[in-house]
Amino acid sequence: MWQWLTRLYHRLGSPKWFYEITERWIFWLALGSAVTAVIGLVLGLLFAPADYQQGDSFRIIYIHVPAALLAQSAYMMMAVAGAVYLIWRMKMAAWVARVIAPIGASFCLIALLTGAIWGKPTWGTWWVWDARLTSMLMLLFLYFGVMALQQAMESEDASYKAGAILALVGVVNIPIIKYSVEWWNTLHQPATLKLTEKPSMHPDMLWPLLIMILSTYLFFALMVILRTRNEILWHERKRQWVRKIMEP
Amino acid sequence: MSLVMATVRRDLLLAARNPGEWANPLMFFLMVAALFPLAVDPDPVFLSKIAGGVIWVAALLATLLSLDALFRADVEDGSLEQWLASGESLYALSLGKALVHWCISGLPLTLMSPLLGVMLHLPADAFTALFLSLAVGTPVLSLLGAVGAALTASLRSGGLLLTLLILPLYIPVLIFAASAVYHAGIGMTYNGQVAMLGAMLALALALTPFAAAAALKLNLSR
Amino acid sequence: MTPDTGAQQTDLEARALYCERDDRILFADLSLTIRSGELLQLAGPNGAGKTTLLRLLAGLNRDYEGELLWQRKAVADCYAEYARQRLYMGHLAAIKKSLTPLENLRWLTAQDDASEDSLWQALEAVSLAGYEYTPCMQLSAGQQRRVALARLRISQAPLWILDEPFTALDKDGVRWLEQQLQQHVATGGAVAITSHHALEGIPGLRRLTLGGES
Repeated sequence: MWQWLTRLYHRLGSPKWFYEITERWIFWLALGSAVTAVIGLVLGLLFAPADYQQGDSFRIIYIHVPAALLAQSAYMMMAVAGAVYLIWRMKMAAWVARVIAPIGASFCLIALLTGAIWGKPTWGTWWVWDARLTSMLMLLFLYFGVMALQQAMESEDASYKAGAILALVGVVNIPIIKYSVEWWNTLHQPATLKLTEKPSMHPDMLWPLLIMILSTYLFFALMVILRTRNEILWHERKRQWVRKIMEP
Repeated sequence: MSLVMATVRRDLLLAARNPGEWANPLMFFLMVAALFPLAVDPDPVFLSKIAGGVIWVAALLATLLSLDALFRADVEDGSLEQWLASGESLYALSLGKALVHWCISGLPLTLMSPLLGVMLHLPADAFTALFLSLAVGTPVLSLLGAVGAALTASLRSGGLLLTLLILPLYIPVLIFAASAVYHAGIGMTYNGQVAMLGAMLALALALTPFAAAAALKLNLSR
Repeated sequence: MTPDTGAQQTDLEARALYCERDDRILFADLSLTIRSGELLQLAGPNGAGKTTLLRLLAGLNRDYEGELLWQRKAVADCYAEYARQRLYMGHLAAIKKSLTPLENLRWLTAQDDASEDSLWQALEAVSLAGYEYTPCMQLSAGQQRRVALARLRISQAPLWILDEPFTALDKDGVRWLEQQLQQHVATGGAVAITSHHALEGIPGLRRLTLGGES
């Protein structure tokens, strides 16, 4: 088992291996995320019962919650990848970290926009300074910071390291920011999905949500793999195996 | 004497020689606070409600102003290179630099805050809370700011980027500090908020020098 | 400066160094040693990698393959100890313009625990007597460089690694520095230096020329 893990670790560090093995994954990831999205949306938009308080407008939860979850976990993954680069100098990790940033930021933006759209019928305004939305906004700022810093650095190696340092500082701060923002304001409805408690949602509402979350993560994996493959092709462009692929 | 001590001494000397370094942000602090009654409403009742928050936002902005120069000159004149050549701990050096920054930024701001409190009709009960929250909170700003300054020291438009990077990290400090002042103003206890600030200070003291040291190394050219 | 009993003999060894920058190989399989009584001058056209190699030898540049040993120990493992035995002066003089030569020198020699008297003497030796209290922004570039060079009079380090130290110096300054280098090497110290200036007549002088376009 340990041997298999160390072998996997070394393989993951090899761009060529990553490129070849993900060739097959792309199709299945795309298919998987599309199918689950269709199922989830159909169930959620058509079959889930309307909320007794919010009516049909709650249905935006099927996009908002997965996007928000993903935005947060993507930042963690970016920080972990950055840490791997800082400690072990694995180039693949640096490329993955760089690639995750705009994807995570986009999902953060989607979460904010859908949150705002959700807010209009629910609270009457397009924006409310409640705990969830505000900490999402802070997360967006953190994403922008990492992207802006990487862009501004002159040497590529320095940009990877700087981005990693900032992402790690951000990751330590995210719980602090979340706690302080929640403490500051508790207008937003309590989270409907807690890992240890029974969810307070009707199962007919819950299942589509879980399926959409799965779909979003599959989509995220697909995006990360596609963009990482691009990074690989660019950085390894002088190598033999890339030349062979590029030839018509 | 270690290089860290010598650097702290030298930087304080530099600040004394170039009073603009610490005086300009102080003037900025004053001016920003003065903007609010001008832009919104000079009514004492209204101002007394927002005074704590306004003073803290002004302090934040004034701190950000003075952060850009923290490491920039050292990178440009070769002092950073000498630090690395000295074999001394960059962790200790970053801590020393943050200390100096607080001495020329956070400390003067804290000392001047009662004046701003008077100008903005801060409730009498809130003055202690304001002073205390600034005294404990501004070192955190300096420590976190040192990380941002180290990351952007070699970049041309570093100042603005620094602001972008550091502001989200300042939010928790702002929330608890402003809340402390507000609660003091309405006669409630604010120990919890100050305790949180203290905890953030402890965390920042322990962890930020690692990040700042790592970021400093990025500024050395080949 | 005569190395005193606290200083060690110079024994810097580099084995099979490989370094590249911007997809260009600067040097490969490069080995060299620097021992007491030697002066190694790195020569070559601009961009050949002289400064990169010098900083590598000084322990500042960790981006290379190969081994660098001080007293038979890897520099990476004993960096603090190596740093105490090695004086490094880079392109940039590390002078703060709003401080006086005395204050600047005090910072530059902080680790050497120099007495006030020795600081004054050092400044006198570089012909800056009378300028001790003049802010460095009022001094010429050559004078500012001399403030940095005054360090050489105070440091006890046996190994000097100097990057373009003759920059901005006038004829007298050049002659003074050559004298210092000669003295240091004659009393058992060692020097690694990059310079476009032609060094001659220093016993123990070796030249290493790095390539031009690859």
